[in-house]
Amino acid sequence: MRVDTGEVFGFLGPNGAGKTTTIKLLVRLIFPDGGSARILGKSIDDVAMHQEIGYLPEQPYFYDYLTAAELLDYFARFHRLTPTDRKMRVENMLKKVGLETAKKIQLRKYSKGMLQRVGLAQAILHDPQVVILDEPMSGLDPLGRREVRDIILELKKEGRTVLFSTHILSDAEMLCDRVGVLVGGKLRGVGTPEEMVGIKTQGMEILFEVAEGKNPPLLAKATRTGERYRVQMPEEELYGAIEQLRAAGARILSVAQIKPTLEDFFMNLVEADRAQANAVEVSGK
Amino acid sequence: MKNVWTVATNTFREAVRDRVLYNLVFFALLMMGAAILVGQISIGIEESVIVSLGLTAISVIGLFIAVFIGVGLVSKEMDKRTLYALLAKPVERWEFLLGKFCGLVMTLTVNTAAMAVGLYLALWTVKHTLEKSDGWILVAVYLILLKLALIVALALLFSCFTTPFLAILFTAGIYVAGVFAGDLRTMQAVDLSPATMNLLKGISYLLPNFENFNVMGAVAHGRAVPGALVRQATLYAVVYGAVVLAAASAIFSRRNLK
Repeated sequence: MRVDTGEVFGFLGPNGAGKTTTIKLLVRLIFPDGGSARILGKSIDDVAMHQEIGYLPEQPYFYDYLTAAELLDYFARFHRLTPTDRKMRVENMLKKVGLETAKKIQLRKYSKGMLQRVGLAQAILHDPQVVILDEPMSGLDPLGRREVRDIILELKKEGRTVLFSTHILSDAEMLCDRVGVLVGGKLRGVGTPEEMVGIKTQGMEILFEVAEGKNPPLLAKATRTGERYRVQMPEEELYGAIEQLRAAGARILSVAQIKPTLEDFFMNLVEADRAQANAVEVSGK
Repeated sequence: MKNVWTVATNTFREAVRDRVLYNLVFFALLMMGAAILVGQISIGIEESVIVSLGLTAISVIGLFIAVFIGVGLVSKEMDKRTLYALLAKPVERWEFLLGKFCGLVMTLTVNTAAMAVGLYLALWTVKHTLEKSDGWILVAVYLILLKLALIVALALLFSCFTTPFLAILFTAGIYVAGVFAGDLRTMQAVDLSPATMNLLKGISYLLPNFENFNVMGAVAHGRAVPGALVRQATLYAVVYGAVVLAAASAIFSRRNLK
């Protein structure tokens, strides 16, 4: 698997697929039995190369006797920063992750979401070229998730490479240039979200409203939500359906293609994997 | 060495904020009580009793800190996963380990120095003066500190490959065995075979000989401590400590953090 410079790469997979294990290997928290990995063309064992890496662990936990400002200052000391630069970066970063007002509170009093923000801040404090985030949205409220998404997009704009793991597929679809899907410890596919799900349309969907007493035959197949009806059909039946609705005086609100989502692709892979595992179990192999 | 210093100062800050130095209150109370009582019950040997009691308290309190906090230096960070973000930085694992060691030794140095001041205050309360020979107390305190540093290194080593509970047991066990290492070397047992005797002797040389650092008896009686003994004990602590830390480093450097 290869992640190109400047791209946002999503690492997807169900729980236990091996996402965190892979990330831990890259940041040398665990060691491989075999194989090799390189970041910025250098071996992951090259400690100096880690100047250029930022890492957010899954469900981060930090020294609870430190304040956020002290923690960031502590981590910043491991990078080549002058005291003035260090101080400035810590201030800016606290502002960026929305912890400026809580910077003097000890981390033992922080919520899970606040710890996640501190974790993100320490990962990008030193302007790394490569940012590796393990489940960065985990534990965040919708506002926090939005902020993290914005930070990832900002990193991309700055030309940094971002690798992040997630099982929130909508985040991956929204942010990633490419994704890799890991199931059962094996990489099952790498590509853009569009490539992964395919471009073939699965059908069409019409959203419409119809006046009281009008009963176009299509209504039997439609699903009602409030005053609106939603109906799905093969692409070749679209124009016939529109004619039928026009004849009944219906108000067509939208016509859209039905495309498979990353979630569909993901679920298919996971189910195929489970089916294979069951088959092996049944045959006793 | 910058990374080692950074980890060490943070470890010291952790100890201070975790109220490790609160033991000084206990020591102060002990010394105050001793100074008041000793004058009433031990006529003529007040100084010796105060010095013995003070040095023993410094040693025992330090021992508890060295073993219990020493074992937690690495295991607590692994349990709480606080070292994950740190080890992904440009930090070698041996730098982290050495920094933790130095941080606790710094804590012990401050603690021991404060207790030494307390001991001198108690001595002054009893004698109303301090003599030149009382300076040997500082030498005894220095040797206690060397012993404590060695115990921290052993606690770190054990915590790198076993559970905190077992690490405490192993460290305490090695300490007790190390106190009797000298006796093991000179032991003459008629009912043991020469092979067993040689094995015991070999083991006694592998164990840290903590008696090398014990000059409490001499100092309590105002006797001088030979410079050669201090130099020898220092060299012994440095070499033994370096070997133990190198072993800890070798183990920790390949440890998977799951």
